Amino acid sequence: MADLSFDQTQQSKFGKTTLRIILYVLLTLFALYYLLPLFVMVTTSLKSLEEIRTGSLIALPREITFDAWKIAWASACTGIQCEGLRPYFWNSVLLAVPAVLLSTLLGALNGYVVAQWRFRGANLIFSLMLFGCFIPFQVVLLPMARLLGLMGIAGTIPGLIFVHVIYGIGFTTLFFRNYYVTIPSELVKAAKVDGANFLRIFWSIFLPLSLPIIVVTVIWQFTQIWNDFLFGVSFSQAGTQPVTVALNNIVNSTTGVKEYNVDMAAAIIAALPTLLVYVVAGKYFIRGLTAGSVKG
Amino acid sequence: MKFTAIAAISSIALSSATSAIAGPEAEVLHWWTSGGEAKSVAVLQKEFADNGGTWTDMPVAGGGGDAAMAALRARVLSGNAPTAVQLKGPAIQEWYEEGVLADISSVAEAQGWSAVLPASIAGHMKCEGSWCAAPVNVHRVDWIWANASVLEANGIDMPSTWDEFNAAAEKLQAAGIIPLAHGGQAWQDATVFEAVALGILGANGFHKAFVELDEETLTSDAMVAVFDQMRKMRGYVDPNFSGRDWNLATAMVMNGEAAFQIMGDWAKGEFMAAGKVPGEDFLCLSTPGEGFLYNVDSFAMFAVDGEDKTQGQNLLAELIVGQNFQKVFNLNKGSIPARTDVALDEFDTCAHISAADMSASSLSGSLLPSYAHGMALRGAQSGAITDVVTAHFNSDMSSAEAVAQLAKAVANSY
Amino acid sequence: MEFPMSEWLENHLPKIVLAPSFIAVLVFVYGFIGWTAWVSFTRSKLLPKYEIKGFIQYEKLFASPRWDTAFENLFVFGALFIIIAMVVGLLLAIMLDQQIRTEGLIRTIYLYPMALSMIVTGTAWKWILNPGLGLEATIKGWGYNDFSFDWIVNSEMAIYTIVLAAVWQSSGFVMALFLAGLRSVDGEIIKAAQVDGIPTWRIYTAIIIPSMAPIFLSAFIVLSHLAIKSFDLVIALTGGGPGYSTDLPATYMYAMAFSRGDIGQAASSAMIMMLVVFTIVVPYLYSELRTKNDG
Repeated sequence: MADLSFDQTQQSKFGKTTLRIILYVLLTLFALYYLLPLFVMVTTSLKSLEEIRTGSLIALPREITFDAWKIAWASACTGIQCEGLRPYFWNSVLLAVPAVLLSTLLGALNGYVVAQWRFRGANLIFSLMLFGCFIPFQVVLLPMARLLGLMGIAGTIPGLIFVHVIYGIGFTTLFFRNYYVTIPSELVKAAKVDGANFLRIFWSIFLPLSLPIIVVTVIWQFTQIWNDFLFGVSFSQAGTQPVTVALNNIVNSTTGVKEYNVDMAAAIIAALPTLLVYVVAGKYFIRGLTAGSVKG
Repeated sequence: MKFTAIAAISSIALSSATSAIAGPEAEVLHWWTSGGEAKSVAVLQKEFADNGGTWTDMPVAGGGGDAAMAALRARVLSGNAPTAVQLKGPAIQEWYEEGVLADISSVAEAQGWSAVLPASIAGHMKCEGSWCAAPVNVHRVDWIWANASVLEANGIDMPSTWDEFNAAAEKLQAAGIIPLAHGGQAWQDATVFEAVALGILGANGFHKAFVELDEETLTSDAMVAVFDQMRKMRGYVDPNFSGRDWNLATAMVMNGEAAFQIMGDWAKGEFMAAGKVPGEDFLCLSTPGEGFLYNVDSFAMFAVDGEDKTQGQNLLAELIVGQNFQKVFNLNKGSIPARTDVALDEFDTCAHISAADMSASSLSGSLLPSYAHGMALRGAQSGAITDVVTAHFNSDMSSAEAVAQLAKAVANSY
Repeated sequence: MEFPMSEWLENHLPKIVLAPSFIAVLVFVYGFIGWTAWVSFTRSKLLPKYEIKGFIQYEKLFASPRWDTAFENLFVFGALFIIIAMVVGLLLAIMLDQQIRTEGLIRTIYLYPMALSMIVTGTAWKWILNPGLGLEATIKGWGYNDFSFDWIVNSEMAIYTIVLAAVWQSSGFVMALFLAGLRSVDGEIIKAAQVDGIPTWRIYTAIIIPSMAPIFLSAFIVLSHLAIKSFDLVIALTGGGPGYSTDLPATYMYAMAFSRGDIGQAASSAMIMMLVVFTIVVPYLYSELRTKNDG
């Protein structure tokens, strides 16, 4: 690791090129490690069930067929309905988008307060919120169900949004706080001298600096909420079930015939929105956003 | 035809009694979501709709219903229980004790369930004397499946004792064939274990051990012998068995890599789906020993408010035990009807063996609940036993040690 | 945009902003921990009951060999997973920060495992790790007959396959966290250091990495959370097997609560788990927040 240098000044041209090559080789090797399971999934999804039953599970398909993808999207059975993942997608979107936005906004504000507007007890409050990140979700299932019932939002999308926002706050606050804490506090002081208030400083100074951490937070929250199964299955009812519950219904049958090609295709389809977020949000990972403005 | 007439009359009777409502309604929580199973449930939904009912589907698959059970608890606690829930075995009585089940005795009595269901199966559907659940099917668990041509090529008959099984297994092993296709998942280990236990302990001993949890039987020499046989079985599986799905083990039997598999009759569906013919390509026989281990799926009705929902529950219960659904569902699922008066003409030979054995063993008292599939014991106790069984099978624990742990685990599970 | 407000509001606004989140955490985290503690002293079966029965659930828990295994695995798995994912994530972030031309593509490749549901990727990993189907069979097929990789069927080694798959799933996100951190480091300082002729690796070890201490905290918390929560992964990859050798407290708890109908037992295992987390995390949080905020 110590040799991974991008140094422009002291090294010879030759040394520099060698290092670049080593760098790219390493990056490629890691990429292979990450891609291996995807390779298995994609090849399996392109095989017929007959070929899976008779051939090697991780060999390339002899004959490529897209049937499994069509079935997974539109006609796999998720219960007595055999409409594939399609009908459940919208539930997940309705649930994930507001929950991600709300929890990210709350996290940004909380992080801003905890990092830059410390008042007596602020650190204790932050620690309490942090520790909340460690509560195993299996524990909250039953009391949460009771409370949602009392609040009258059991089995609804708003109920699910509520749950995801509550258990997302700890993380989003953490991300923003730890990002903002590296920004010099002189910045706030100087802005105050200039007459800017709490929200003004947040809006005009901190938010524009926050793109990389917003990207990270949105990636984290979107992944957690989109992929959540436990809350989705427990706090939904017929008609509000998210896509993970449908995926689970396609994949997880104990005594039925297993269609691995459909399972794999369904898993990849269910992951597409998250992948899209990674690609789109990833664009904002640009270097140097902060370089000029932090000086204050 | 007779059935639809009854259904029509009774639903008219129900709806005339309460004229001003929309009609029967049911939200059904179940974990039958894969192709064949889902189609089987769809049959029920269609009948329900034909009788004027509105069916709301609430499928939750996974882990033999674990996820569905998590969802069910959340729904009950939030005061929003589904109308009908797939539940089975002593779990039905456990939920009854929590005071959340509805009484469907009126339907059961009107339909004469007690006359058409085997007594021991009917017993599972009753809570303190009243009916609280409706049975769907009977899976037999103690099956041994075999590749016909592999057996023939090696001059082996289907074994009728465990000694014969061991002899056959050693012969196969010498010939380079995996004797037993098995997937190392706890519930599969338990499935093999209970088949072995039934053979070695006998029907009476099995009942004592896994229904009554009689400590003397659990620590007996016969139980040591059961674990000894399990150790032998471990030698008959291939080294890569850990974590394998049961259907991949079935595939090994199908393509001749392995000779036998011990698995419930859902394995038949996997053979059939691959176009194999029972009696020609593959053989089915009960595992060595007297008795019949059943795994009965059923639906319990939860106490809910609203006349339309109660109506829905009654209609659903009636349809589930109706002859038509019992036939169509079980043809799809590989099991046999729970009621004994359904014509079996369209069923295959394995199902015929199953049905004949069920009525014979019902008479002789050897019709027993499967412990591995949650029919014999409550979850805490059966789980404690499975922990020991799977730990023994997957380590070099001695049989004596396993028996000692078994007694301790059971005592610790209350 | 203008934000006019009264002085009182201005002074209290930070607290007002924080209040709803704080109240929510008090109720939905600490209230529920209290509830769990209460239930752990009862004999709740299918549904929670509130009649206190003493320490019986804890006695049962400590008498269970399966819990011993699960508890031990939490440490083995947790420590390895957190350390390896952290190192891999940091390494990848630094490598990616060298003006790599295809950064967008590579970043997405490293991140994508997070997007996939473990219910299914577990199956893919299971095949890859299975000696008869996957890596071992393939490499043997190339003629290297001595090659052996059978951890997943070995009770002693299976837990490490869980680490392998867990690192695969989460290290990309840790990389993203570090990458965001690297990109918030002041470019001017780095330039100044380069002008002074300080070697690049020294710039990393002496300037950049120390300035990212809060990011390490974030990564640590995220990874610990994932380690504790690792549930889908175990279920899909090994189902807790061989035997129950890869059981973790989360799977133990879930099995007790939902397949065994023993909620009291599940609550007691949850309490022990949180106690462990508490004793490990609190000192770390304390030292981390203390050093950073006394300025």
